[in-house]
Amino acid sequence: MSTNIADYVSATLTRRGRWGVGEILFWLIAAATLYFLPERHLILNEIAIIGLFAISLDLILGYAGIVSLGHAAFFGLGAYTAGILARNGIADPLLGLGAAAITAAILGFVTSFLVLRGSDLTKLMVTLGVALVLGEIANQASWLTGGADGLQGVTMGPILGLFEFDIFGTTAYAYSLTVTFLLFIVARRIVVSPYGLSLRSIRDNPLKARAVGIPVNRRLIAIYTLAAAYAGVAGALLAQTTQFVSLDVLAFHRSADVMLVLVIGGVGYLYGGLIGAIVFKVLQDVISAWTPQYWQFWIGLILVIIVLAGRERLTERVRTLWKGVAGRTAKSPDTLPKTSAREV
Amino acid sequence: MTIALETKGLVKRFGGLQATDNVSFQLQQGARHALIGPNGAGKTTFINLLTGVIKPTAGQIFLEGQDITGLRPELRVQRGLARTFQINQLFPAMTPLETIGLAVSERTGGGRDWWRVTGSRREIIDEIVEIAQRFRLTDVLDEKTSNLAYGKQRLLEIAVAFACRPRVLLLDEPAAGVPEAERHELLATVAALPRDVSVLLIEHDMDLVFSFADRITVMVNGALFTEGTVEEVSTDPRVRAVYLGESVDE
Repeated sequence: MSTNIADYVSATLTRRGRWGVGEILFWLIAAATLYFLPERHLILNEIAIIGLFAISLDLILGYAGIVSLGHAAFFGLGAYTAGILARNGIADPLLGLGAAAITAAILGFVTSFLVLRGSDLTKLMVTLGVALVLGEIANQASWLTGGADGLQGVTMGPILGLFEFDIFGTTAYAYSLTVTFLLFIVARRIVVSPYGLSLRSIRDNPLKARAVGIPVNRRLIAIYTLAAAYAGVAGALLAQTTQFVSLDVLAFHRSADVMLVLVIGGVGYLYGGLIGAIVFKVLQDVISAWTPQYWQFWIGLILVIIVLAGRERLTERVRTLWKGVAGRTAKSPDTLPKTSAREV
Repeated sequence: MTIALETKGLVKRFGGLQATDNVSFQLQQGARHALIGPNGAGKTTFINLLTGVIKPTAGQIFLEGQDITGLRPELRVQRGLARTFQINQLFPAMTPLETIGLAVSERTGGGRDWWRVTGSRREIIDEIVEIAQRFRLTDVLDEKTSNLAYGKQRLLEIAVAFACRPRVLLLDEPAAGVPEAERHELLATVAALPRDVSVLLIEHDMDLVFSFADRITVMVNGALFTEGTVEEVSTDPRVRAVYLGESVDE
């Protein structure tokens, strides 16, 4: 009986770490679009980048409960880091990504001490403030950033010395998708690890987390720094694949859009960021083709509906249906109930 | 006998209110000690001081002889001082399995482990099973905590504290809100904890602790009122008077 329960415990705990069929399909389809949607690679590239940016926000918002209205600070810093390096002749893309990740991580680490104190409102204001300050610095330091004209003369070398960027965006998309996929895998490992579990516990109840012996602040600083690095990489991808950086990367609407993307797709669910990015960009594309001046109106309306109707309720229904069709995969002893909590 | 937990001249003032009044208290190793007192006596404030949730105005706290007065709460837990809360403090969106697993892996240093999947270490699994069986939680392990029956949530609260493998366990009214029929069973579970864990039980209901404790301290208005064996305290007319709300000579 005891080993029976031990097996059940082990299977249930590791269940979240296993890859589902749907997940594998998702990435196979994403890879397939490299061949089957050649004329859409520019927008797909943007989707991959926004998806990565949203994953970054989800790591702090969805998994650690840190609200932010200034996540573009890291995105923008990463974009400028990669852009400025490339303009000054350091054209290797991967080097640029690494540098962007490091500068953004440093900014994340330093600002984490400001962000992690106080209430949600304080956090919103501090993150917003940091992004505004950075935006103004980029505006003023035009000798470095090009200011309001944007950063001109960004030319990228081939990736790994092999793959040149092309005008159709195919290399760009393959590059962004690969980077996003690799960072996704790391994020996925993190959220199902004991460290990830401790983050969720902090999000749920920081008082109790402390009572279990969790060093709450240290854990939050770590994830905030990591999320900043992720956002920095996303920004660098945008700078490198579009070979241009403007003040837009630090703008408030960047921070707001990524929050919107995450709300559309689902908070606290890594695919939420990716699905949200797809829905957001496709909607933008479709609606602006149909009625360009009312794009904001429709996205606003959709946002209100999603929040009020409750995305939870909408997706939960789909998920229950899916479970019914797919059947149960995890075997549990007959003596134990089979209710399952939320996956990944 | 060695002393597991001790306070010396502990004082906490909130503005003009003296919530803890010069409390010097000793918890013996392996004790089943109860701290009782009427509502508002300052019992929970005392617990919060011991666990570091609030800082004392004056005085010192010693855990197994070491001064822990300035230590952060999570470091006190790591040194072996765990607690439960009067009002359930759980992780509503997590399952009991995850909650216990969290506490066990934090204690064994796994909380910094960000690469392995939770539950891939065998020794952790065995300990989770042991705790789940001890607290009769095996049938609800994979349910959402917020969906559990109240009595089960109270058990989980204690199970999580126990999973921290404390040397000293502080239980703040563990039976509060639990139906009468389940109360004694819950306390029996607590009484059956290994003897190397010293337990301090805070309780409002005096009769409940008589079957559990081998020593009782009475707190009134933030100060220690009297201390003794169950026999001594239960027959002390002044204690009865305090509970009946009669005036007592200080």
